Amino acid sequence: MKSNSLVSIDQCTEEDIIRILDNAALFEANPNRKLLEGKVAATLFFEPSTRTRLSFETAINRLGGRVIGFQDAATTSSSKGETLKDTILMVSNYADLIIMRHYLEGAARYAAEITDVPIVNAGDGANQHPSQTLLDLYSIRKTQGKLNDLTITMVGDLKYGRTVHSLIVGMSHFNPTFHFIAPDELKMPEEQKNFCDEHGIKYYEHSVFAEEVINESDILYMTRVQRERFTDMEEYERVKNVYILRNNMLDNSRDNLRILHPLPRVNEIAYDVDDNPKAYFIQQARNGLFTREAIICEVLGITL
Amino acid sequence: MTRQKIREMQVAALENGTAIDHIPPEHLFKVTSLLGLESMNNTITIGNNFKSNKMGSKGVIKISNKFFEEDVINRIALIAPNVILNIIHDFEVVEKKTVTLPDEITALVKCNNPKCITNNEPMPTHFDVIDKEKGTLRCRYCERKVNKEDIILK
Repeated sequence: MKSNSLVSIDQCTEEDIIRILDNAALFEANPNRKLLEGKVAATLFFEPSTRTRLSFETAINRLGGRVIGFQDAATTSSSKGETLKDTILMVSNYADLIIMRHYLEGAARYAAEITDVPIVNAGDGANQHPSQTLLDLYSIRKTQGKLNDLTITMVGDLKYGRTVHSLIVGMSHFNPTFHFIAPDELKMPEEQKNFCDEHGIKYYEHSVFAEEVINESDILYMTRVQRERFTDMEEYERVKNVYILRNNMLDNSRDNLRILHPLPRVNEIAYDVDDNPKAYFIQQARNGLFTREAIICEVLGITL
Repeated sequence: MTRQKIREMQVAALENGTAIDHIPPEHLFKVTSLLGLESMNNTITIGNNFKSNKMGSKGVIKISNKFFEEDVINRIALIAPNVILNIIHDFEVVEKKTVTLPDEITALVKCNNPKCITNNEPMPTHFDVIDKEKGTLRCRYCERKVNKEDIILK
């Protein structure tokens, strides 16, 4: 990569992660800092993602920078057949930083290879979404007071869910223990389990979402079971309601347990959980703002 | 004529050049295109489906007055990892070479992921060889693995 870009969580060392999270904590204490004064950031959303875009644009605004960009490729010249390369090089003439979301996998890495302007990957298809992982790590550290030696239970679609795969990589520096709870069709892939083995990370697989596992967890990371992943609709109907978290399942859980979810949720967390103080998914999204402020400063080489 | 004699006569002898032996017959023509033989002016003999004690049947390519660079020759390793290159000077085999996969493979293999940027943008592909023995590659862009049996050349 030509510049200091954030494309994938596996490029971050333990020190990088700690530094970004420490800076995010400073932004949480004071989100409004004029560190981007006079700078222009481009948010290029070749695929719509309102939540991520608003979070990044709020981060830029709170840092005192200005935003240009688009929120849907249909309104840009990529719909006329312009290559990604041309779009990136053209925007590089205008902006000090490019934040991009693309439906094609590897788009952010390619962009980072062709321009000197730092690239922040805000999601490339099913591949990487490093700011989500960093905000998950921030949320875990904030609620647990540490990152080391935690027990994290992941529930739902562990096969296709990029957030859980990236979280394993991000947590791998901090001696975690994982529980993977998923139907057979959506089990954690071999590749991720091999990664755990290579890094000496303990993990246990379950197909039943049982309270015993919840009760020994520090973090419960829920994900959505997506209908479009199934070829057999009967199978989907059978498993879709199996992995629903209900409030009474938390009765004997640890006091420090917190429930995370990358959002949007559908029905995998019952609404009676929302009022439980252990529900953390809305605050988790808020942490995204501070984490993204820290990421923007990181790639631009701005020290706090 | 003896059996041995008949065998020898099937292929023209090479004074100087490279003889590539033990090519799997089904990959012979892929090997020729990987090495760019179609645009070469050298004298080339291509033979296929010869009897082989080692592999049942095999293909052979002889190219006169041509000695390949290592990185060109290693491209063959993708589809024919067991080929042997005989370097010939003055009708004598002076060196026998085997091929090994390089660490990186650029602009040669197609990514199997239709949603990969490399299949949607005019750009060269780039793979890291993550397991040389199994022949497993990983796309540098979309990060998907490609197993040896699924490799498609561009």
